[in-house]
Amino acid sequence: MSEQVFEPKIVGFLCNWCSYRAADLAGSARITHAPNVRIVRVMCSGRVDPSFVMKAFSLGADAVLIAGCHPGECHYIEQNYKAMRRFHMLRQTLKAMGVEEQRIQLVWASAAEGQQLAEAIDKMVDEVRQLGPLGWSGNWEENGERIQALEDIVKEHEQAMEVTA
Amino acid sequence: MAEKIGVYVCHCGSNIAGKVDVEEIAQWAGENLDDVAVSRDYKFMCSSLGQQMIEDDIKKEKLTRVVVGACSPHLHEKTFRRACSNAGMNPYLMDLTNIREHCSWVHKDRSLATEKARALISAAVQRVKHQEPLEPMYVDVNPATLVIGGGIAGLQATLELADAGYHVYLVERLPSIGGHMAQFDKTFPTLDCSACILTPKMSEAGQHENVTLLTYAELEEVSGSVGSFKVKIRQKSRCVDYDACTGCGICVEKCPRKVLDTEFEAGMGNRKAIYMPFPQAVPRVPVIDQDSCIWFERQKCRACEKLCPTDAIKFDQEDELIDIEVGNIIIATGWKPFDSKKIPQYGYGRLANVYTSMEFERLCNAAGPTNGKIVMRDGKTVPKSIAIVHCVGSRDDRHNPYCSGICCMAALKFGHLVLEKTDAEVYSFYIDMRTNQKNYEEFYQRLLGEGMRFVRGKVSEVTDAARMPTEQGKLIVQCEDTLIGRQQRYPVDMVILMGALEPQEDARELGLKCGISCSMEGWYTERHPKLDPVATMTDGVFVAGTCQGPKDIPASVAQGAAAAARVAGMITKGKVMIEPIVASINEQACSGCKICNNMCPYNAIEFIEETETSRVITALCKGCGTCVAACPAGVITGAHFNNKQIFAEIEGALWDALQPAAESSSQAETVPASAS
Repeated sequence: MSEQVFEPKIVGFLCNWCSYRAADLAGSARITHAPNVRIVRVMCSGRVDPSFVMKAFSLGADAVLIAGCHPGECHYIEQNYKAMRRFHMLRQTLKAMGVEEQRIQLVWASAAEGQQLAEAIDKMVDEVRQLGPLGWSGNWEENGERIQALEDIVKEHEQAMEVTA
Repeated sequence: MAEKIGVYVCHCGSNIAGKVDVEEIAQWAGENLDDVAVSRDYKFMCSSLGQQMIEDDIKKEKLTRVVVGACSPHLHEKTFRRACSNAGMNPYLMDLTNIREHCSWVHKDRSLATEKARALISAAVQRVKHQEPLEPMYVDVNPATLVIGGGIAGLQATLELADAGYHVYLVERLPSIGGHMAQFDKTFPTLDCSACILTPKMSEAGQHENVTLLTYAELEEVSGSVGSFKVKIRQKSRCVDYDACTGCGICVEKCPRKVLDTEFEAGMGNRKAIYMPFPQAVPRVPVIDQDSCIWFERQKCRACEKLCPTDAIKFDQEDELIDIEVGNIIIATGWKPFDSKKIPQYGYGRLANVYTSMEFERLCNAAGPTNGKIVMRDGKTVPKSIAIVHCVGSRDDRHNPYCSGICCMAALKFGHLVLEKTDAEVYSFYIDMRTNQKNYEEFYQRLLGEGMRFVRGKVSEVTDAARMPTEQGKLIVQCEDTLIGRQQRYPVDMVILMGALEPQEDARELGLKCGISCSMEGWYTERHPKLDPVATMTDGVFVAGTCQGPKDIPASVAQGAAAAARVAGMITKGKVMIEPIVASINEQACSGCKICNNMCPYNAIEFIEETETSRVITALCKGCGTCVAACPAGVITGAHFNNKQIFAEIEGALWDALQPAAESSSQAETVPASAS
């Protein structure tokens, strides 16, 4: 390799019914797109817990893609609206933490829209490439104490939730 | 106890191996990923030999988990689950990760594709460790079926099932079944009389012991799922006692109010306020159109009531809600014609002798308003020349990008009917002639022989502004003849616009009720465009005919029969498997905040007052997982997609994220130990 191009690592949460199938369709129609998105299948975009996104960032993802059925076309009637609400709040929160908006994107792709999904992925990869690495994982490694503190909070929470039978 | 994982990476011939270094990945997984006991690559994993290999390994190596890197789970998840099952392993302890559709088929660079595949395999290996054995659930299939739409596709589906001995509820929005086919005069390319081949089917459905006909009725609500749907149907008030009416027709004859029939006659003829849409209507029970009836307008008349020999007229009849239970639903709601007024330069609605194709169908129909005489709007002049304009609203970015498929053939049929009935010259203005079904091209050749004229070009304008004496009093069709590359003006007497087929106005709404989705245009989406054309993403809901996309009568009939066959298969089997992917609440830890209660669109979460906790009603849960993500206490678990599994999958997918990019491609490293 002569030149080092930054290849962002993106985790994509795709819903089982529309966007995962759109990605399948992009495959069977051989619509080439950037190889940076690593797809995690969920049943519905409404399943995407904000902690999934945080987890991905903390483990070194440079960006996160959430894709679901178009509004009004959700396999589960209206759950993608819930995904949409969470997404906007999460993006707002992340923005406050200094994470650029392009690093978390929500895309609607119906099962017939392989082309559109491929285009959205290409666009996103380009945008994130411009931004450069997020580098959270590195920071987390350096701040071992902070991790410890966070893990303590989780433990405390778990203990508080425990109900003695 | 550490798991023993088997990793199987498929070459898929060269489909995967062409872009992904499968052998290297299999070796890497075996050497570097924790708990991987066996790691192999194979030419075709889905072949019986490939499956056998997995089965043998499970038995011999005592594998506890299996990861297959191959194609989409939508294609072969069942195959590999079955293989695991055969070897005595719970099928839900297998994960199929998609390195073909999502990887080898869509990426150009071999090393980048291999890296992605490696990450996906690593993700699956991490995930599979946390997968839990699940038992699929089975529910009984109610042998009754609901068919929505009484056009030819719905009729065919109804009759196939009824003849097989199963009960069918056929719901039709209009007063009679028959659909668009009942409006046609002839069908291409055989020139069969449309009514002659349709009405026997209509009356058979009307009289069949296994068919409950619900005309003038609409679907109100659907609940439940495959095997046992509960459906509410609104029987609109006909103002006529269905059982008392004998269909004698005196009421229709004596009704003093005439209105324009915009439905069956496409605005070409009139009907009464109490009417049967056409003489062969099934059922032969008229309907009072409450918007035009004099009684409903100003409380006068009631002529029909006075004259009815069986006292069947009931002005105070109200809409009725009918509850039925069915195991499967077939949607065959058809299409609606394009509104040609949307293209003002073609003059429809402004220039009298511009017709839509549905209007012309009625004009040439022997049972139509002119008894089949082709005359202009004045009712007597026989046209001397007719222009047929193709692709009106089809293949047009401003309206519908798709080809409506049937218009070329319908135009040829019109051409034949005009040439047969009149001495007029017929011009067809086409972009491309599309005659690609059995005997269609032959019909085109026949029309070429019969003297129909073909001009290749898209009509730019239809106008009555004459420029030359020969154009006086004519409609002028302006078109570039692209075969000679020249703008031409064609003066004609009559213009027929071959409007596009469009999805029904409320297709999306009905789809939502039944839980199926539409394409961007509004056609229902089938489960697979090639291999599963009548099933949908919702189990137990099937589509047939033009509601799925434009198609001709033979294709609609074929789909109707295909949908019926699928339903019959379900009924014969008697039981249907339901994926055990549902949510469950740890009631011990639930704080009773009720946040999840409102998250569920199926009302599958109930709040128990005594314990002040929420509980998932498993039978109603569809497994979307939205409540799982919403629970602030994290006490809802989504089976097969729980937090542990997804966190592990994310971790696996980012196994290389902590290392400098240059190293990761060449130097394999161990995956970080799984957290939590």
